Amino acid sequence: MTLVAVAPLHKGAWTRLAARARSIDARYLQIGFLGSFLLFGALLRDFALRPEQVALTFAAALATQYLGARLSGLPGHGLLSAAVTSLGLSILVRADSLWVHPLVAALAIAAKFVIRWNGKHLYNPANLGVMIALLTLPGAWISPGQWGNDMLLALWVATLGVTVSSSARRFDIAWAFLAVYVALLSLRIVYLGARWAVLENQLSSGALILFAFFMITDPMTTPNHRLMRLLYAAVVAVIAFVWTYVLFRTNGLVWALFLATPLVPLLDRLKQAEKFQWRPALSHSPALGQHRRTGLLREILARRQSGAAPAPQSYTGESAVVQRTP
Amino acid sequence: MLKRTLTAAVLAVAPFAVAAVPQASAFCGFYVGKADTSLFNEASQVILARDGRRTTLSMMNDYKGELTDFALVVPVPVVLKRDDVRVIEKKTFDRLDAYSAPRLAEYFDDDPCAPRPVPAPMASAARDGVKRRGADALGVKVEDSFSVGEYDIVILSAKESDGLETWLVQNGYRIPAGAAPALKPYILQGMKFFVAKVNLKAQAKTGSQFLRPLQFSFDSEKFMLPMRLGMINATGPQDLIVYVLTRQGRVESANYRTMKLPANMDLPTYLRDGKQFTDFYKTMFDQQARRENYKAVFTEYFWDMSWCDPCAADPLSRDELLAAGVTWLPDNAQVQGRRPMPPSSASPVMLTRLHLRYTPASFPEDLVLQETKDRQNFQARYVLRHPWRGSRNACQAAAEYLDGLRQRRDREAQILANLTGWDINDIRRRQSRAPVVTPR
Repeated sequence: MTLVAVAPLHKGAWTRLAARARSIDARYLQIGFLGSFLLFGALLRDFALRPEQVALTFAAALATQYLGARLSGLPGHGLLSAAVTSLGLSILVRADSLWVHPLVAALAIAAKFVIRWNGKHLYNPANLGVMIALLTLPGAWISPGQWGNDMLLALWVATLGVTVSSSARRFDIAWAFLAVYVALLSLRIVYLGARWAVLENQLSSGALILFAFFMITDPMTTPNHRLMRLLYAAVVAVIAFVWTYVLFRTNGLVWALFLATPLVPLLDRLKQAEKFQWRPALSHSPALGQHRRTGLLREILARRQSGAAPAPQSYTGESAVVQRTP
Repeated sequence: MLKRTLTAAVLAVAPFAVAAVPQASAFCGFYVGKADTSLFNEASQVILARDGRRTTLSMMNDYKGELTDFALVVPVPVVLKRDDVRVIEKKTFDRLDAYSAPRLAEYFDDDPCAPRPVPAPMASAARDGVKRRGADALGVKVEDSFSVGEYDIVILSAKESDGLETWLVQNGYRIPAGAAPALKPYILQGMKFFVAKVNLKAQAKTGSQFLRPLQFSFDSEKFMLPMRLGMINATGPQDLIVYVLTRQGRVESANYRTMKLPANMDLPTYLRDGKQFTDFYKTMFDQQARRENYKAVFTEYFWDMSWCDPCAADPLSRDELLAAGVTWLPDNAQVQGRRPMPPSSASPVMLTRLHLRYTPASFPEDLVLQETKDRQNFQARYVLRHPWRGSRNACQAAAEYLDGLRQRRDREAQILANLTGWDINDIRRRQSRAPVVTPR
C-alpha cells in the first residue's frame, strides 16, 4: 500500500496549474465533459439512446472526417473535432432506428468540407446535424426537456462549461449570449408579471447551458472579431427568444443558431482586419504533448508572468489550440 | 415459458385518483363556488387532438358542487366562435381511459415436462376490465356569447387583469382570491378567455346529474395547456391526465422532463386479486412522482390507435375518434373494431397518454408540448406469471424449473418492494399465500 502525502498548493502552484489546464487542447476537455454528460444522461436520466447508436455515430463521423480530409485535400484530419461532434449529436438527437444517427453524423461532418467560406466551414456540425434530423429524417427528434430542471445539475454543467470555453478563448460568446437571452427572459417575466420561479425553471435547463457553452462557442463557426462575435451572440439570443416566446415554436436554441449562421461571413467581412489566423496541419497533434516537447508552455507561462502579450493563437476544429509562433 | 392465456386488468383513472388526490381544483381555468361548497375534483382529464395548427381541447368535468355556483374560466389563444364549441359525452373519456390505462397481463407457465407446443397465434382473449363510468370601463370586451348544451358561454378579451376580475365578480362568477395576478400573464400574451356557466333549464332537460365535457377547437401555433390558473387555490399535489391524439408520433413536454414509467416487469401473482393492482399502481406512481419532486411528466401509454397488445379495451372506433376531436381521418380509414395485430398500414392517429402530478411550485410554467417523430410503442404493462403446479419428481426438467421458480419469486418480490417501498417480508408472506390460479 502506498501512501501519498497531499500538501495544500500555494498560490503560484495554482496559477501554474490553471495555465497548464488552459493550454490543453480544449477538445480533450470537451470530449471528457460531453462524455460524462452523455453517461450521466444514459444512466440517470433515461435518455432514449442505445449504445449502438452512439457507436455508429462515432464510426460514421470519424470515417467521414478522415475521408473528407483526404478527398478534399483540405488540411487536417480533425478527428478530435469529429469526436466532439459525435458526442454532441449523441446527446441531442433521438431516433427510433439505427440508421438515423450515422447518417446525420456523416452529413454533418461532410458539410464541413463542402459548405465553406473563407477557409472556414460555415455550419456548426452538431447544430447542422440536429437540423437535418429535425427537418428531413423520419423517426428522429430532439428532447429539449430531457435534462429535467435540476438546478444542481445545471450549475455543474456551467462550471465545467466555463472551464472548457475559457480554454477555447470563447468565454466571451457564451456569456454574451447568456446575458442577452437571460435579459430577454427577465424582461418577459417583468412584462407579464409572472413569478421569478418561471425564470428559474427556464435557466436550470441542461439544454440551455449545454448550448451556451458547447455549441455556440465553437471557434470555427463564429465571427473572428470579438465585437462581431458579441453581436452574433446577441442576434442568436434574440432569434431564440422570438422563436420560443413570440412564435411559440419549439427547439428555439438550435433553430436560432442555424438561422443566424449565414451571418457569420457577413460579420467577418465587416471586421475583416482582425480575423483569426487559421493554421493548418501543425495543430492536429495533441497539443499538450507537443507543447511539452517544444517548451512552448513554459514560454507562454513566462510571457504571462512577465506581463508580456500572449503568444498568438490559432484555431482548429471546433476549439482553440495554442499554436506555436512562427 | 409460453404465453397461454392473456388477460388484462385495467386501471381506470377515477378510482385511484379519488384516493390519491382527495382535493384538487381544475387543471386549466378554475372552478368557482361558495366556500362551503364541496369542490372535489378528481384527477383532471383532458383530450388534446392536434394536427398542424388545429387543436381541439376537451375537458372532463368532475365538478360536484352546486350547479348555480359552477363557472369555468379557460385562457384560449383566439376568440372562439359558436361553431368551435361543443358538448361531448363523458364516454369518450371513459373509452380513451380504458384503452390506454396501465394494464396487468397474465401468463401461465408451461408444464416443464411436456413437449414444447407450437406457439399459438396471439390470443385476443383480452377482456374489457373496465366498467363504463358512466365591459368597456373595465377593459373587458365580450367577444361573443352563446349557449351550447347545458352551458352558457361567454368569450372575453381583456386589457387588464383587475378589470377582468371585477367583470367576472360583477357578472356573478365567483373568482378565487388571487385570480388577478394569475390572469395577467394570459392577458398580456393576448389570450382570450372562455368562460362557462351552467344554464339550469338546459341542464334540467338533459336529465343528467353530471355536467358533460366541454370541447372547443381553434387554430394556433401554441401547443400548450394553461395549467397555472387551476393552481390558484391548490394546496397539495394535483393530478392531470392528458390524452394527446396526433398524426405523426409521440408527444412530450418541451419545458419539463418527460419520462416513461417503470413498466413491463414481472410482479408477484397475488397482485391479481381484489384491489391489489390498483394499490400497487397508485403507490408506485406516488413513489415515482415524489422521487422526481413532482417535476416530471410521465408517459403511461403511446400507441398507434389501430391496434394494441394486450388490448385493455377495443381501439376507438372512427366515430369515437371524431368525437374526441380527430379531424384528419381519411374517408376510408380502417379504425373499426379490435385489432390485436399490427395493421398493414399505419393508422393516422397516435395516442399519447401523459400523467402529471404537480404542485404550484414544481410546475411554475404552463405545460408546453411538442410532437416528436417517435413511433415506438410504449405501455404501462405489468406481468404476472403463474407457476406450473406439479411435482418435483415428475421429470428432471421439473426439478430445475422449481429451483428457478424460487429465484424468480424472490426477484418479483424485490422489484415490487423497490417500486412501492412496501415491506419485503410482507410481500413474501403474501406471495406464499397467493391462491393457485389455473389457466382457463
